[in-house]
Amino acid sequence: MDLELSEEQRLIVDTVRQFVRNEVVPLEADLDPDASELERADHERLVAQVREMGFYGLDIPPAYGGPDIDLVTRTLMAIEMAQHRAGLYTPCYGVFGGAGLAQLFEANEDQKQRYLYPTLRGEKSGFFGLTEPSGGSDPARAIQTTAVKDGDDWVLNGSKIFISGGDTSDYGIVFARSDASQGRNGITCFIIDAGMPGFHVRRVVHTLRSTHYATELQFDNLRVPAGNVLGEPHKGFAIANDRLSRQRIPYAAGCIGVAVKAQEMAIAYANQRETFGDKLATRQAIQWMIVDNEIDIRTSRWVTLAAADKARQNQPFRTEAAMAKLVASEAGGRVVDRAMQIHGGYGMTKDLPLERWYREIRIRRIGEGPSEVQRLIMARDLLGGSFH
Amino acid sequence: MTKPWRDLASVSARELPGQLGVYQLADGTGQVVYIGYAGGRELFGLRSALERQRDLMTAGATQFRYEVNMQYQSRYRELLMLHVADHGAMPAGNVDDHPAHIGRIG
Repeated sequence: MDLELSEEQRLIVDTVRQFVRNEVVPLEADLDPDASELERADHERLVAQVREMGFYGLDIPPAYGGPDIDLVTRTLMAIEMAQHRAGLYTPCYGVFGGAGLAQLFEANEDQKQRYLYPTLRGEKSGFFGLTEPSGGSDPARAIQTTAVKDGDDWVLNGSKIFISGGDTSDYGIVFARSDASQGRNGITCFIIDAGMPGFHVRRVVHTLRSTHYATELQFDNLRVPAGNVLGEPHKGFAIANDRLSRQRIPYAAGCIGVAVKAQEMAIAYANQRETFGDKLATRQAIQWMIVDNEIDIRTSRWVTLAAADKARQNQPFRTEAAMAKLVASEAGGRVVDRAMQIHGGYGMTKDLPLERWYREIRIRRIGEGPSEVQRLIMARDLLGGSFH
Repeated sequence: MTKPWRDLASVSARELPGQLGVYQLADGTGQVVYIGYAGGRELFGLRSALERQRDLMTAGATQFRYEVNMQYQSRYRELLMLHVADHGAMPAGNVDDHPAHIGRIG
């Protein structure tokens, strides 16, 4: 992997950086500190700018109309896009568009017509329903939602928890146990419509994230046509697993973006704030925190870009993605924590974005698989000989 | 929200908390007419938010109740969702004043 950015990558990164600083950050001065939505007019104006730049729908494959930007460059862009108050969970408030649920690119043509294409046009949105009250880290065993074949339909019963967008989405990708005698070979993936009888949003699950709450869903004799099975019956676990590995790279990039911004703020404050007659920056305690931040940021950055580079080359990247997610989420938390320490009392206030990042980045050590599971994945690969 | 209703017109600042949180306004019959929050930009939290509402008497409100809640954004949205689930529509005062994306519950 070439450690130097190409001229094109530098240009793209600089363009996104200027966009975030000149267009997104100023709008946040008037928004609630926990906001995750722009005013409609601002959102539409920024979407138009992103389209003009040629970056809209970043993660949509070129064959479906997305810009042809490789994964390493997209990761660099994701690091930039997170560098504002809402950036960890709402990078640039979504004005770069989304690709929806990646699994839908593997759907059959009928399913693409009903779900993928409307999603790419911005007409529909979907949720990802994997985790259940019985657990999320070991989905092959924890899934207790049942799917029973009944004529041409499948009948689903059970519940899902910690589902983002379960209350606002038009459809969802849901995993259910279709063969109780099998472990991971007994899981089927379904596309369900939120309007189907038997689909219920039971409650809002309040978390450290104030705006991006989760939901608990319940399925009561939810009848799903066989045409809504994604992939093959009983082979849904591979679909879930593939998604989890891929998602870990942008997940890591967001943590790095926030850490970069927190470090920038910490350095600026240390060079400005005086205690006992001199700048904070002259104190060794502060200097070491700044240095430790930089080590955390650079380590995370290179591990994450290395994972993106392997994925870009279609090489196995499960270990690298797990490592990136683990390192970046834990390092990002440390960086934000140190930046708050350097800012003293102001770091605790809602005047600065640090307190929001502090709350939200804590979730990153759990979401998309906790740190312990990332270590488990890497240990399996290392000890099993599949990592090179 | 299950807190008791209190008279909006007679509320004084010293009775109200400076913390962040959510609140409901109701008319004389107890019908909720507005759901709002006191967020991080509010100078005196629920106190200044409710004092402003007292001056406006939004949508004919005469009563109020509140919850101190640091997760005011998600609680605010939840209260709006629950109201729509129970009544089939937004409170009168929120028709032109609610987040762009409100989910469904139930």
